[in-house]
Amino acid sequence: MNKVYTKIESIVGNVITVRAEGVKYNDLAMVGKSYANVIKLDGDLVSLQVFAGAQGVKTDDPVRFLGVPMRVSFSENLLGRVFDGSGKPRDNGPELDENMVEIGGPSVNPAKRIVPKNLIRTGIPMIDVFNTLVESQKLPIFSVSGEPYNELLARIAMQAEVDLIILGGMGLKYDDYLFFRDTLEQSGAMSRTIMFIHTASDPTVECTMIPDMSLAVGERFALEGKKVLVLLTDMTNFADALKETAITMEQVPSNRGYPGDLYSSLASRYEKAVDFEGAGSLTILAVTTMPGDDVTHPVPDNTGYITEGQYYLKNGHIEPFGSLSRLKQNVNKDTRNDHRALMDGLIKLYSAYRESLEKKSMGFMMTEWDEKLLKFGQLFESKLMDLSVNIPLEEALDLGWEILAECFEPNETGLRSELIAQRWPKKLEA
Amino acid sequence: MAKTIGHVAGVNGNLVTVTFDGAISKNEVAFVKTGDTMLKGEVIRVNGSKASMQVYEMTNGIQVGDEVEFTGELMSVELGPGLLTQIYDGLQNPLPSLAEKCGFFLQRGVYLDPIPNKDWEFTPTAKVGDKLRPGDAFGTVPEGIFTHKIMIPFGFDDVEWTVTSIADKGKYNVRDNIATVKSPKGEEKKLTMVFSWPVKKAVNCYDERLRPDETLIMKIRIIDTFLPVAKGGTFCVPGPFGAGKTVLQHMESRNADVDIVIIAACGERAGEVVEVLKEFPELIDPKTGRSLIERTIIICNTSSMPVAAREASVYTAITMAEYYRQMGLNVLLLADSTSRWAQAMREMSGRLEEIPGEEAFPAYLESVIAAFYERAGKVRLHDGSIGSVTIGGTVSPAGGNFEEPVTQATLKVVGAFHGLSRERSDARKYPAIHPLDSWSKYKGIIDQKLVNNARNVLFKSNEINQMMKVVGEEGTSVEDYIEYQKGELLDAVYLQQNSFDLVDAAVPPERQKTEFDLLYKVLMAKFDIESKKEVRAFFNEMRQKFLDWNSVQISDERYAKYEKEINDLFKSKVKEG
Repeated sequence: MNKVYTKIESIVGNVITVRAEGVKYNDLAMVGKSYANVIKLDGDLVSLQVFAGAQGVKTDDPVRFLGVPMRVSFSENLLGRVFDGSGKPRDNGPELDENMVEIGGPSVNPAKRIVPKNLIRTGIPMIDVFNTLVESQKLPIFSVSGEPYNELLARIAMQAEVDLIILGGMGLKYDDYLFFRDTLEQSGAMSRTIMFIHTASDPTVECTMIPDMSLAVGERFALEGKKVLVLLTDMTNFADALKETAITMEQVPSNRGYPGDLYSSLASRYEKAVDFEGAGSLTILAVTTMPGDDVTHPVPDNTGYITEGQYYLKNGHIEPFGSLSRLKQNVNKDTRNDHRALMDGLIKLYSAYRESLEKKSMGFMMTEWDEKLLKFGQLFESKLMDLSVNIPLEEALDLGWEILAECFEPNETGLRSELIAQRWPKKLEA
Repeated sequence: MAKTIGHVAGVNGNLVTVTFDGAISKNEVAFVKTGDTMLKGEVIRVNGSKASMQVYEMTNGIQVGDEVEFTGELMSVELGPGLLTQIYDGLQNPLPSLAEKCGFFLQRGVYLDPIPNKDWEFTPTAKVGDKLRPGDAFGTVPEGIFTHKIMIPFGFDDVEWTVTSIADKGKYNVRDNIATVKSPKGEEKKLTMVFSWPVKKAVNCYDERLRPDETLIMKIRIIDTFLPVAKGGTFCVPGPFGAGKTVLQHMESRNADVDIVIIAACGERAGEVVEVLKEFPELIDPKTGRSLIERTIIICNTSSMPVAAREASVYTAITMAEYYRQMGLNVLLLADSTSRWAQAMREMSGRLEEIPGEEAFPAYLESVIAAFYERAGKVRLHDGSIGSVTIGGTVSPAGGNFEEPVTQATLKVVGAFHGLSRERSDARKYPAIHPLDSWSKYKGIIDQKLVNNARNVLFKSNEINQMMKVVGEEGTSVEDYIEYQKGELLDAVYLQQNSFDLVDAAVPPERQKTEFDLLYKVLMAKFDIESKKEVRAFFNEMRQKFLDWNSVQISDERYAKYEKEINDLFKSKVKEG
């Protein structure tokens, strides 16, 4: 069915309407040279959302319905490639149209899910040691604009021990896109990476396609047994794009202009994270910038209800307080016997350091204990918290012990005696 | 009668407009035929020859002109033996069977028999000639640990039906005809063990509703003592994300002193349902000695499953709860989270272009929530036995702000409010129920007067704490400082409970009473202590001893030892007279 319609009835925002018959809901169409999808049917009046934007669409432009929903090609050939929000290549490679899979497919049967049990090593101590990332977890990175969240994502993309990275960029600055591309190419990680990139100058509608495309491809690879990590940046732009469309469609806004189904829209994407029994897994790490550092803003707030914890990126590092991986208990008992205790011990001391720091800034006298804490805090920040640190979990734990030994007597750490006997660095004792 | 047939006239998200010829009713179920799949939906508005339907599945691929088949029946669930231990989606599709059939993904348009097709050992309890009313039992089958009553369907006319034939004791398939009954008008009906009931109608086959006056023991100190829930009552648990709503509900579902627990996971994380699925079969119910899953039904419509079915899921759950209440059992329904259900209503209301109320929620939000919670209750059945349905719903207020419409609408109708606080959860004080903001209208396990006195200690302690933040510890008198420490002690050793500690995780009421009595003595006493340093040392020691006491079994010899130590410590400092 490839009848061409040439009378567009209305053009509002990025939505056009045309009178047509035999059109299916959510099908794809070509409007001029751009893709569009059906978002409403009312009798023979069809509303279409034009991916490239309705700017410049003429009322007699040809509208051709393709009879299929939005799909994305899936094969090994995707590796190392970069696409835009409508699935067209952004690099100079050939267009791919083999083995097309539908995007936004059905969700996984809860009865088929399993309790997550494998950790993903990233080489970043603040993640591996303190808030371990677990296969099939969905975690946002809450961040204020201006924080190095894209640097963090790039670092994770290079270092994470997974088979495949899918990077979905929404509303990225062009520089950031180039940064991602160049960094991954230089590090050699590009060969295991697929990028779906929407830049800030691209049409808004394409922005809403990025998560679905990234996740549809990721899901397929996971079903084939691959350990997939999907990195999304920035989900707030995605939510804003949804808001724009909803307002154009004259939907009643619910909270700060966002559509009432924001929670469902976010959840249906995040819930794609899954560990397939007997096959691979899909893990999601998504940057969510918080406008005005406000965690009660609808986007981070709804996200927090959906995800399994969060990383707070603040002052250039992952904040130990407030960050939480809800699934870490599932895995950190099996890593090394000192992992949990050391994690708690270090955090308690770091929290005491923060108090001492506050006391110092208010001009109080520093006791000997305060001095010790201050020394510890500085070492902790530079050796473990710094985002550029790249060491395996075990080394990070050893380093934790070394920092403790450099600053404290064993009995000051609040750690169990048997652990201290086993792990306290010997050379410094002499 | 021929079924009414219609045709799709428009699609907007989950809302499908249908033109039809003939008679249809509001809330009746209809199927949209698209390709070779049938998608289930419900009529929510009729206007002339156009009906608006909410479709419970993804509407991709539906086109104008697709055939719609109206069933003439309201949205219903099947009731019968075999519901327990099941995991259903919001439309009562059994998820494990669905997984066997369709694999990893939920395929739309696949509807399986909710009641497993198996044989049951039937024992008749009525004989030919007996007169029975709807909801009265005519036989029983053993379902796990329960005697499952086979009843006259609730939907029959409320008259006396005469049994005209009934099967002998023996094994029958759940859908076999096992009895026939006749109404006074001569209408004859065949009965099986299964019948259906429209989910949005409350079951009312009972003599009278009773006041919920019996405490429902949760084995959680702060609830049983300070913020009790009653059998047949309602309570709500609002809280920001990460405050431990779901953990608290899991604790309640494990420990609650009821016969049956129904968990409705409505629009929440799938991972949390999986935890219940994997955990419950391994946990032993101390009351029955059987695995917890045997008393549990899970209804799960997780956040990525179709939104329209979310609303159905809470009704499906409450209907099953009412069904088991009809057997004289106590049922607890935990709905997590009612906010997601309200959001689903909001979404649909927006599509229907209704005039929005506050935060775009529909104007009927309050009455719908009220009607739902009103389905809880303790009732006396026709045969004199008593059953109850207790509803506990979590609320996920946007930004953790309780001033939003769903929380407020819920607070109006519930009997107890367990508000979770971010402050307390950040300080790792679990369960993070705020002891001062929360309230309950039910009777607890301890004399209300004593509880009020203890609560006043908390109030006072809190006030002094606020003051101390301004004037510092130096500016506080020793007397006030003692009062402050008393509140902290009560909080640390009684209100907080360590759910990871085997003993502390579930505290039986007798133990709560003993502990409360001893603690009460400390809270009400005057102490003979001179300096704040000593006060601090005294209360630290007291706290440590109480915590040690909390973590030993009553059967343990250390139990009495710690109790004595606390008493001794108390006597050493108390002011006589």
